[in-house]
Amino acid sequence: MADSPSGHGWASQVRDGDLLLVLNQNWTETEFDPSELVPMQALLEHGTWNSVRFEASQMGRLGSPLLAFLDSIRSMALRLNIRFDETGLPGPARKLMQLIPTAAPVAEATRRPVSFIEQLGQSVIDAGRELSASTRLIGQVILRSAAALRGQARLRKVDVLACLSEAGAGALPVVALVNVLVGGILAFVGAVELRRFGADIYVANLIGVAEIREMAPIMTAIVMSGRTGSAYAAQIATMQGTEELDALRVIGIPVDDYFILPRVTALSLMMPLLNLYAAAIGIFGGFCVAIAMLNLSPAVFLAQIEDAVTIPEVLFGIVKSFAFGAWVSISSCRIGLRAGRSTNDVGHAATSASVHGIVGVIIIDAVFAGCANALGI
Amino acid sequence: MAAAPNEPKIRVRDLKVSYAANVIQQGVSFEVKEGSIFAVMGASGSGKSTILRAMTGLLRPSGGTVCYGSLDYWSLSDSRREEIGRGFGVLFQGGALWSSMSAAENVALPLQMFTKLAPSSIDALVQVKLSLVGLQSGRDAMPSALSGGMRQRVGLARALALDPQVLFLDEPSAGLDPTSAKRFDDLIRDLRDGFGVTVVMVSHELPSLLGICDDGVFLDADRKTAIAHGAPLALREHSSDPAVQAFMTRATPIAPTHAPTGDANGPH
Repeated sequence: MADSPSGHGWASQVRDGDLLLVLNQNWTETEFDPSELVPMQALLEHGTWNSVRFEASQMGRLGSPLLAFLDSIRSMALRLNIRFDETGLPGPARKLMQLIPTAAPVAEATRRPVSFIEQLGQSVIDAGRELSASTRLIGQVILRSAAALRGQARLRKVDVLACLSEAGAGALPVVALVNVLVGGILAFVGAVELRRFGADIYVANLIGVAEIREMAPIMTAIVMSGRTGSAYAAQIATMQGTEELDALRVIGIPVDDYFILPRVTALSLMMPLLNLYAAAIGIFGGFCVAIAMLNLSPAVFLAQIEDAVTIPEVLFGIVKSFAFGAWVSISSCRIGLRAGRSTNDVGHAATSASVHGIVGVIIIDAVFAGCANALGI
Repeated sequence: MAAAPNEPKIRVRDLKVSYAANVIQQGVSFEVKEGSIFAVMGASGSGKSTILRAMTGLLRPSGGTVCYGSLDYWSLSDSRREEIGRGFGVLFQGGALWSSMSAAENVALPLQMFTKLAPSSIDALVQVKLSLVGLQSGRDAMPSALSGGMRQRVGLARALALDPQVLFLDEPSAGLDPTSAKRFDDLIRDLRDGFGVTVVMVSHELPSLLGICDDGVFLDADRKTAIAHGAPLALREHSSDPAVQAFMTRATPIAPTHAPTGDANGPH
């Protein structure tokens, strides 16, 4: 060879028909460059070599880059039928090279690109499956609720009470905070606008009807979706990962009975109560702002509210809250059940439950609004 | 590279570790020679992993020193400790792989963060490291799709990512079947021989301790301190401490008064 190719940490020499690679310097990770293998490949392919040998008396620190370098040369030599003579390598390097198999690594299954139509079709199929699974879960919860009422479900009263407490009393502070502020904001906006028309007194109607029919149910459902729904999903997803649900199934305890039913029951029952509480707190918030901003007496405000809010509207809010509670709890549990087994899946399940819960609540509210309009409520 | 023989790489002096007021171990002293495989032994709950946490910068000791060479690790600034920490490779119990990344990505991350290598170089090094630990396939698999043994191997490849000078292994063969555990032990020894890395291994697996460890310290949960020093094999043969003997021979240290038959202190 006219030229003796070399690279960072190595130089080549010709010895008796063999290619001798002299290794020098340190082989640390800061100095490795696989592009240096390109001249090596050309050298091996264009020469007629009996073997590739090594001389390492000048070599510095052994690191993984040397192994990557040697492995590549060994693969090239194997392909070109050139003997790979590692006797000149330091003992530790020879030992480590024995750990790296000479055969080419098993190729990973290549992924075929998926077309847009295929993706769309797969999404529709997945959505159908999900709808089917969710419907099955809803049906199962209804059936098992009936069984629970007859005392035939495999659940513990203590779990149901703990869920009721967590979804009910545990949520009172945050529900109160959100709704007192929402009531105050409504009153403020109403006071500013209605005062221009001399209709101060109607701020009570605005607050009363808006809180009872819309704001209290929706705001409570959103808070509960973010607080309790995402917690349910994360809890169930974690139990998937730690095989706790498998442990229930394997001894014959239905997960629907033991785990899902207490949560769905708790949130569905607590949501209407939280809604009434939220409406009262919201009206109180509005009352405080209205009394402070407008020339209204407390007695007049309360009399106006009593006149404006009817029993059907209160019942409408309660029924809606029940639907919101059922949706948030069932969708969250379903998302938890279909989650994978990694910690990443737990975070994804919690986020997904929160988003599904809130979007679902808004959609259900729109359906209720349409129904209420048709029924004249 | 061959390590200078008999030179202490790590010196632990009078180490005290605790969680709040709960003292886990105190007065623990030992030296780890460069290029050796050192065992931190003891029964479950004796504080082995806690000692390891104090050595790897995860738990500040309540007292004592941990020195790497001439550097008192815990008296250094945070940035200096981080710098030294880059010379550590740590295999946690169960692998502790990052679940949102594939096996290859787990190994590649330290290289991407702490070297200026091109993606092609990182890819080549990841392939070598996974091959070294016996994973020729499955490099694109997510951790949740790997078996316990494979997760351990990927965890080891990740610990080796930056060619560490000290490799800390926390219960490396726990949960593995005897054959896999033996292979894993052989792999650790081969990597030590090949890279000359110093290995500190926390374990209560007797076959691993007796098979590959050159030296060690034995921690006792009741006395909350180190009660024996030496190679596991030597401790089994020569230690007169009943707790060490019981551990090394898998016997019960205190004879149960209600034992129906047999000698509770004798080897089983």
